[in-house]
Amino acid sequence: MQRKLTHTLGIVALAVGVSAIAPSCTKDLNQTPDYAASANVVYADPAQIQQVLARLYATFAVSGQQGPAGQGDISGIDEGFSNYIRQYWQLQEITTDEAVIGWNDGTLPAVNTLQWNADNEFVRATYDRVYYEIGLCNEFIRQTSDANLSSRGITGANANTVRTYRSEARLLRALCYWHAIDLFGGGPFATEADAIGTTPQYRKGSDMFTYVESELKALEGLDSNSGALLAPKAVYARADQGVLWTLLTKLYLNAKVYTGTDRSTDAVTYASKVLASTAGYSLSPVYANLFLADNNSNSARNEVIFPITFDGTRTQNYGGMTYLVHAPNGRAYTAAQADIDGGWSGLRTKPALTSLFGSTTTNNARDARSAMFVFKGQNPRVDTLGQFTSGPLVAKYRNVTSTGRPGSNLTFPDTDFPMFRLADVMLMYSEAVLRGGTGGSATQALAYVNAIRTRSGATAIAAGDLTLNSILDERARELFWEGHRRTDLIRFSKYTTGYNWAFKGGVATGKDVETYRSVFPIPNTDRVANPNLPQNPGY
Amino acid sequence: MKHSYLVKLRFLLLLLLSLTASLGAWAQATTGIVTGRVADAKNEGLPGVTVLVEGTSVGGSTNADGTYTIPGVPAGPHTLVISFIGYTTSRVPVTVVAGKTTTAPAQTLGENATALNEAVVIGYGTQRKQDLTGAVEQISEKQFVKGQVTNPEQLVQGKVAGVQITTAGGAPGASSQILIRGGSSLNASNQPLIVIDGVPVDNTGLAGASNPLSLINPNDIESITVLKDASSTAIYGVRASNGVILVTTKHGVQGDQTHVTVSTQMSLATPAKYVPVLTAGQFRDVINQYGTGGQKATLGAANTDWQREIYRTAYTADNNVSLSGAAGIIPYRVSTGYLYQEGILKRNDLKRYTGALNISPVLLNGDLRIDLNVKGSWIDNNFSDQGAVGAAVNFDPTQPIYAANSPFGGYYESTNADGLITLATRNPIGLINQQRNRSTVKRSIGNLQVNYKLPFVPGLSANVNLGYDVQRGRGTNLIPATAGSNYFRQITVNGVVRQGGLNNQYAQDLNNTILEAYLKYERQVGPGKLDLLAGYSYQKFQNRSYVFDDNLADGTVYVPAVPSYSGAFTYLNTNVLIGFYGRLNYNISDKYLFTGTFRADGTSRFSPNHYGYFPSGAFAWRIKGEDFLKNSTAISDLKLRIGYGQTGQQDLGNNYYPFLASLSLSNNAAQYQFGNQFYRTLRSEQYNPNITWETTTTYNAGLDYGFFDGRFYGSVDVYRRDTKNLLNFVNIPALAGLSNAGNFNVGSLTNRGVEIITNLDLVKGDKLNITVNANGTYNQNKLTQLTIYGSGNDVGQPTGGISGGVGNNIQINTVGHPTQSFYVNQQIYGTNGQPLQGVYADTNADGVINSTDRYRYKSPRPQWILGGGANATYKGFNVAFTLRANLGNYVYNNVRANSYYDQNSQGFVSNKTQEFLASRFTNAQYFSDYFIENGSFLRLQNATIGYNFGELIKKGTNLSLSLAGQNLFLITKYQGLDPEIIGGIDNTIYPRARTFTVGLNLGL
Repeated sequence: MQRKLTHTLGIVALAVGVSAIAPSCTKDLNQTPDYAASANVVYADPAQIQQVLARLYATFAVSGQQGPAGQGDISGIDEGFSNYIRQYWQLQEITTDEAVIGWNDGTLPAVNTLQWNADNEFVRATYDRVYYEIGLCNEFIRQTSDANLSSRGITGANANTVRTYRSEARLLRALCYWHAIDLFGGGPFATEADAIGTTPQYRKGSDMFTYVESELKALEGLDSNSGALLAPKAVYARADQGVLWTLLTKLYLNAKVYTGTDRSTDAVTYASKVLASTAGYSLSPVYANLFLADNNSNSARNEVIFPITFDGTRTQNYGGMTYLVHAPNGRAYTAAQADIDGGWSGLRTKPALTSLFGSTTTNNARDARSAMFVFKGQNPRVDTLGQFTSGPLVAKYRNVTSTGRPGSNLTFPDTDFPMFRLADVMLMYSEAVLRGGTGGSATQALAYVNAIRTRSGATAIAAGDLTLNSILDERARELFWEGHRRTDLIRFSKYTTGYNWAFKGGVATGKDVETYRSVFPIPNTDRVANPNLPQNPGY
Repeated sequence: MKHSYLVKLRFLLLLLLSLTASLGAWAQATTGIVTGRVADAKNEGLPGVTVLVEGTSVGGSTNADGTYTIPGVPAGPHTLVISFIGYTTSRVPVTVVAGKTTTAPAQTLGENATALNEAVVIGYGTQRKQDLTGAVEQISEKQFVKGQVTNPEQLVQGKVAGVQITTAGGAPGASSQILIRGGSSLNASNQPLIVIDGVPVDNTGLAGASNPLSLINPNDIESITVLKDASSTAIYGVRASNGVILVTTKHGVQGDQTHVTVSTQMSLATPAKYVPVLTAGQFRDVINQYGTGGQKATLGAANTDWQREIYRTAYTADNNVSLSGAAGIIPYRVSTGYLYQEGILKRNDLKRYTGALNISPVLLNGDLRIDLNVKGSWIDNNFSDQGAVGAAVNFDPTQPIYAANSPFGGYYESTNADGLITLATRNPIGLINQQRNRSTVKRSIGNLQVNYKLPFVPGLSANVNLGYDVQRGRGTNLIPATAGSNYFRQITVNGVVRQGGLNNQYAQDLNNTILEAYLKYERQVGPGKLDLLAGYSYQKFQNRSYVFDDNLADGTVYVPAVPSYSGAFTYLNTNVLIGFYGRLNYNISDKYLFTGTFRADGTSRFSPNHYGYFPSGAFAWRIKGEDFLKNSTAISDLKLRIGYGQTGQQDLGNNYYPFLASLSLSNNAAQYQFGNQFYRTLRSEQYNPNITWETTTTYNAGLDYGFFDGRFYGSVDVYRRDTKNLLNFVNIPALAGLSNAGNFNVGSLTNRGVEIITNLDLVKGDKLNITVNANGTYNQNKLTQLTIYGSGNDVGQPTGGISGGVGNNIQINTVGHPTQSFYVNQQIYGTNGQPLQGVYADTNADGVINSTDRYRYKSPRPQWILGGGANATYKGFNVAFTLRANLGNYVYNNVRANSYYDQNSQGFVSNKTQEFLASRFTNAQYFSDYFIENGSFLRLQNATIGYNFGELIKKGTNLSLSLAGQNLFLITKYQGLDPEIIGGIDNTIYPRARTFTVGLNLGL
């Protein structure tokens, strides 16, 4: 009997034991990683909030959380390929008379020849990057609301610092919405007020314009207790008041395209704020310095209003500057000249650009800007898309400092991308004045154009030669390969019809394309995911 | 978890042991001993025969001479059930007297290939084959693929209907893709659950090991059972959607004598075929005809056959020693193995040391069964740079291997005025010789399983299983500074430029633990026998990866390691699975069989909704058991099975926390600059709080048949598997998430198929025996839904990245088509039958040929998977072979697609295949269906011939000799090296070698 008792007790103990393990272990189903941060921790610490802010800027430069590649921000396409600046640049440049690319990657040739459709992965990648950044900004703005700041114990000066970060996020978001207007004529729309998981509604370009304008105006009106943006040039690479004014100038100058209403007067107003001496910007005496490895510290520092920064060791990726330095490199333009480990032989320009300097085969000795073309060994015409011999090479962006020293890494350049710079604003001012904008003067407009020309050694032009068309040409000469050309050609109604270049429309001599191609299609991928989105007409 | 479950378990175990110890004495006096002998038709003693006292778990097995002794048999009348794989089961009545030894009448077992009484391993137990209600196939050692087998899954390649095993290539220890019934997942893992001796093992990849299964010595494996339909797999719940493979290792046998088995195998492997590239002479002609001036100038004077330079005849030795028997009441088996395998790619080899220990005592008159397994392995890998395989196809054959004054370690590399051309193909021999990538991988799997028949409640038993699976991977990769492959890595330290090479470490730890406990209850209820099982399972998978500095060859830090958010230099991922399960079997007179299972499974991957519920039910009618068939010899077996069940899938690979809103910290190379400061950034991660498991519903109907006295037997199964809520990586509406795509439960797919298994005992005699077996599977895979909002203007999800350009995809997943269908332009051919470059059908008739004209053409999935072979024995001789065939699988021949003439390449030219001489394309035509080839094939997987010398040395010993050949022929129309390619995109694979093996097996 004694044994029976032990026995029974044993079985009971076993049953109790098993049932005791079960519930305590079910708590184990709640696992979290030790290496990731939660929003409640991060957004309670201004230093970490600044790291999140840095990420909002980094979207333009990197492709994921692991440089040079890895943990990509978006998927469905090669990371480096789909980098924001690389894609934005491609849609603005290789679709125009300024550039041609020889690679067979996917549907890249269709971008080159203005024959894209709504399945084009490069169009999609650009769209995805633009909206990725807007989504990140929305999340940042949501998490740093005044209510969240106070509930997480951030007060006083710290709170004001974070409010400025929040304003910068709003400015970056406005910048991206401008890209959406310019490239896609509108698109899905959401702000911090829309919770994650909500399928966004569509907003057409003119409505988006109204929103962006009101956001930027609101940011302009903030004071130091409500998140005022930093003063121009206060901290390198931050989105400050100078960036705000430049963006407003861009919007207003192109307002006719986006909304049907000319806003040249507003463009003059905001360009003038950038150009005012109090803003502190000045032209770099040496044009080439703007595109070199030390353009964050050489004379370019005074001219560049908004750079996207790259660094050979600390900001690495296969898009952005790595692409812009490597892709045009090869043949007579040697890797050593760019201070890189080897060129990728893909990008060239078209005679349409080089001829603006007076020749399609030789540099213009007087104009420093044309010194960047390499004609040696190249066919000056673009006879084929695929051959790297076809078309002059462009040695604009290089991984060399202004004193001739190499960048810190042979693969990843130190060179920063000048997204906004003073010369662009000067030309926008002049153009807005010529387009009838008030508040400026024709004299000042001419002075700005000539300041730009003489900086590079070109002769000054006479007042009578200052026309809208001469401004478009001057923009090409000054700003080629900086990501403005497509927008400029559309504003001058020369993009789809009436002006052609090699391989436009898929033929070597170039031909008109459908007018609907002045905006890109909404990618099918998003129209499948979001039934609220209409397709742009024509696609 | 606050307190470790191990502590609790230890307590439980002690409790159980003390309990059983106290019971031992109590039970002793009422039992007796049974002895006897079992022989075959020739009256030779049959070793290893299982002898069970019916209705109890008391039993034993026969010694080498066929005798057995079973102690602890309760007094009274009993029936002994004497069974052995491949023989008919015999039942012997015997009356046991307490304290006495009873000798049972000698038994002769006849061979019975249908083996209906064979014990088949199933989830949480075993079942007689005739009692199975599900689609279960067991392959035992006798049927394994012979020859040089490094990984366990290769033992059953081509042997199991419905199972497609594809090795990644011919490298030693290469990984395999195992697809059971076509695979039910899309983006989640399609690998089946693998359970080794009761321990579900991790199929997470390990740094330093291409295939974690290669750490298991195939020589220790006794049988491999594949559970295919839901009624058999649903007991494994959330991980069972892609089938379950149960691996049972060899055990000692109670009362057995000591056996020593020594085996040795030596193999030679040679490349079976080379990619048909242009010879140096052909290449020169082509360059001179098509090349630019610059390209012609790069031609060299050498004639190098790069493929012959990088491969070799590889030698392999595989030695194993095992010792098994019973030490007193404790049966044991100890084994050790040493494998040295060379790959046919130079400087590629693997050394594996394995050890295994099993003890399986049965105590307390069979009331307490303890099964202890410990397996350990240690692999030293010497990886060669497999990039050389592709480089050897592409590298200019007119160039020499070595060049005088080459700064690249003496190897010829393509250079121009700037020096090394970074975009050029690297010298294949340089790639191989200028890399020393070695890893050491260790793995141990072990478990202690205790099964105790609880007293007082007849038929009730408890089973506790405590196990672990621990893996360590460590490796270093050293590339000298001069190597072309890493030449331009450069950093300036204190004004000194340091450049080139690599000197890096990598490491990963996997720690997995398991606790299972179940109760089993058996009793007669009404007209039938009821088996009930209820259990609990806890598993924890911990995956820790380490980060190290990225160094140059001289040890200079190129990119310093950065700590994770927690400040540590490691990343730990944890997955916990908790399951509650039950099974009911009801057997009415061995004719009507019912099975029902249910599992509730919780996973830490989904939160807060951890749990999924997975039911199944099956019914089998053993028609043979009915009176009208009972005495028929023409129809020796007939059973109809139908089953239904649901299983789950939660394995998102490296995505452990898809539900969690978190921020991740960038590394040092993805910082951003403000002012003069650089900041590591924090990124808000995409997450899905609603994510849950995908569910596969399986319908299965099967017929087991046996005719002509069991000489022609097998089964036919038809199945349909509908997977819904696919764990799918899909596009998110812009601004609705924090990336453009994420993990969602979207879409559904269906696999439908038929499996046929036939076995034929063609000749059955005293001396000559010939058996033939064949299996065939027809599977049809179709996506039935892919997006939330239907398919409207959706072309589908592109997939299948190719080599050529960046980001080019050749496949697409589209509703209504098989997954990974090729998505290509339709090639137009000229009157001479040659493809016209760039001329394709304008399928949408819009006047423009572009990507919208692509159509869906074929898929890499075979329609038919066939396997079969024959086995003949004559006296001591045996001859066997295994054939495998896939029919209807298509392959994108990426090597051919890259064989166009590229006038654009600068400073170097790449070799092409013979294809170029046919098509003469001068532009890439990657999307032409011209490169989609029929990959159907027939392969002689292995052929062996052996002779058994029998008791050559002395009585009780055995000596056998065998000669095996693997991959002896491959019949296919495919133009590339080998059409058996995981994913169906052939961009050169490490060739599967032709192997000849001599083996010697000595039993003492």
